[in-house]
Amino acid sequence: MDNHSKHIVPYKTYLIILASLIVLTILSILITEIELGEYSTAGALIFASVKTFLVLSYFMHLKFDNLILKIFVGLVIAVFVAVVVITFMDYIHR
Amino acid sequence: MAEPTINLEQSFYEVKNYKSPILNWILSTDHKRIGLLYLYSIMTFFVVGALLGLAMKLELIAPGKTIMEAQTYNAAFTFHGIIMIFLIIIPGLPAVFGNFLLPIMIGAKDVAFPKLNLLSWWIYVLGAIVALLSQVMGDGPPDTGWTFYAPYSFKTTSTVLPALIGAFILGFSSILTGLNFIVTIHRMRAPGMTWLKMPLFPWTLYATAWIQLLATPVVGITLLMVIAEKMFQIGFFDPALGGDPILFQHLFWIYSHPAVYIMILPAMGVISEVIPTFCQKTIFGYKAIIASTLLIAFVGYFVWGHHMYTAGMSDTALWLFSLLTFLVAIPSAIKIFNWIATLYKGSINLEIPLYWALGFLFLFMIGGLTGLVLGSVATDVYVHDTSFVVAHFHFVMFGGTGTGFFAALHYWFPKMYGKSYDNTWAKVGFWGFIIGFMMLYMPMFTLGMQGMPRRYFDYLEQFHGGNILSSFGAIILIASLAIVIINLVTSAKRGKKAPKNPWDGITLEWQVDSPPTLENFETIPVVEKGPYDYKK
Repeated sequence: MDNHSKHIVPYKTYLIILASLIVLTILSILITEIELGEYSTAGALIFASVKTFLVLSYFMHLKFDNLILKIFVGLVIAVFVAVVVITFMDYIHR
Repeated sequence: MAEPTINLEQSFYEVKNYKSPILNWILSTDHKRIGLLYLYSIMTFFVVGALLGLAMKLELIAPGKTIMEAQTYNAAFTFHGIIMIFLIIIPGLPAVFGNFLLPIMIGAKDVAFPKLNLLSWWIYVLGAIVALLSQVMGDGPPDTGWTFYAPYSFKTTSTVLPALIGAFILGFSSILTGLNFIVTIHRMRAPGMTWLKMPLFPWTLYATAWIQLLATPVVGITLLMVIAEKMFQIGFFDPALGGDPILFQHLFWIYSHPAVYIMILPAMGVISEVIPTFCQKTIFGYKAIIASTLLIAFVGYFVWGHHMYTAGMSDTALWLFSLLTFLVAIPSAIKIFNWIATLYKGSINLEIPLYWALGFLFLFMIGGLTGLVLGSVATDVYVHDTSFVVAHFHFVMFGGTGTGFFAALHYWFPKMYGKSYDNTWAKVGFWGFIIGFMMLYMPMFTLGMQGMPRRYFDYLEQFHGGNILSSFGAIILIASLAIVIINLVTSAKRGKKAPKNPWDGITLEWQVDSPPTLENFETIPVVEKGPYDYKK
């Protein structure tokens, strides 16, 4: 069994992350006001991805966890990306 | 409430925390009782699903209406599919034998989260009840097939919503079981049990758990999208509302194809346990079997499109999915070769569990090889949506997972109940099963090649001969299953006491009492040898 050291994140960090998430949410709404055509979805997804990264890293403590857990999460994201890419092999070439 | 005194030397059946026998079962967090709760629930649903299958086959014994109307037939195959897929073979082996045996096989006292484990069963029961409500509510039972294809699933007037919600709830049970098993295997293996000393059944449960954890949310979201579309006309999938029906098929099969591996991988794990025990020989290619298990689980994520060759996908997607489908056949074939190589020159002890394991090899290979016909775009277009597909699917799922389930049941029955079963009746049941199975499903390959569509309650006269054979096969199959189940139930009550290790197995479950004690082991074992290290 691992004895990994306990890492305590200060409240201030959590508050900064919370504020960042709120700002990013507001930005993801505001971006829909700008006429970006087909890039609107891409914009929304970029904001969502940044928010996901922050939640995973800080609220879910991944930043301070063992490397093996980071690798597992990386693999899961890689599978997800591969599924999306393969799905779009249909849509793009139709 | 005073804490009851627990004697750790008693079998787990004798440990009682409540006065009520029912509460002792439905509130127990003991992994063995939870495994048995799943077994009894699943077998109950199996009887219903099998009888529905028989009713469908009796309808098809002659052209035209025989015993039911067309709409009833549609509802019957939908309900048969929902029960068999969502309530039986997806939870099946992991929920029953994984729960009962995983902790024992890795030298642990229980799973990592026993309360979560019990919650999984309760969620399963809740999902089952909600799904069953669809049969009695609204304007008649759902008639969409178990796949709930859009846009039909929100255009039909039948009661689809409870079935969708039921399937959604059942998904949570699957996710929680998967999560529990992953953590249990990572954190609770006995000292000395390195990854490469772990038996193969836990290995397959591990690979399966990852699929349960990652793929199930996709179908959950998809079913929610159908529910939202049906209730609020949003337009995800309905072309009339600007949606894309093929998107539904993508999302549905992104889960439901990996789900096929949720169903089959644990059965492969069972076969990997049974064959070395009854050959008294180290399994051939232990590491290759592990690698192929992980490869099947991984590549299995990317082959969903072979269910959609005729749905209107792009040509690029067609060849890509076909290529990926052929790739997934390789690790499956590796396993088959390894099992056969294990049998070669083994000290074969032909007992009932090995009968079922050999039955698995025989039926699964037919299912696998006919899968190549469907994996290739050119031939799939010819037999798509014919009874060929139904035959292939049943050979893989019933002939594979179903037979694996019965192999597991006969293999671990003495451990689970501490009793032996009647060998003669078990053999009669097995041979009846094989004969009935072949009679039932083999003609469906030919009928499909001749053009008989699936999901039709009527057919042309030219298909009559094959259907008669198939229907009589169904009767033999059901009678044989009844023999198998009755033999096991009566043996569990009145069978002779079984020795602790009747098959001379060497994995950890054979070192504990039959039935096991509450905490399985007096002291946690230290593992020094490989799981199949048979020394003659």
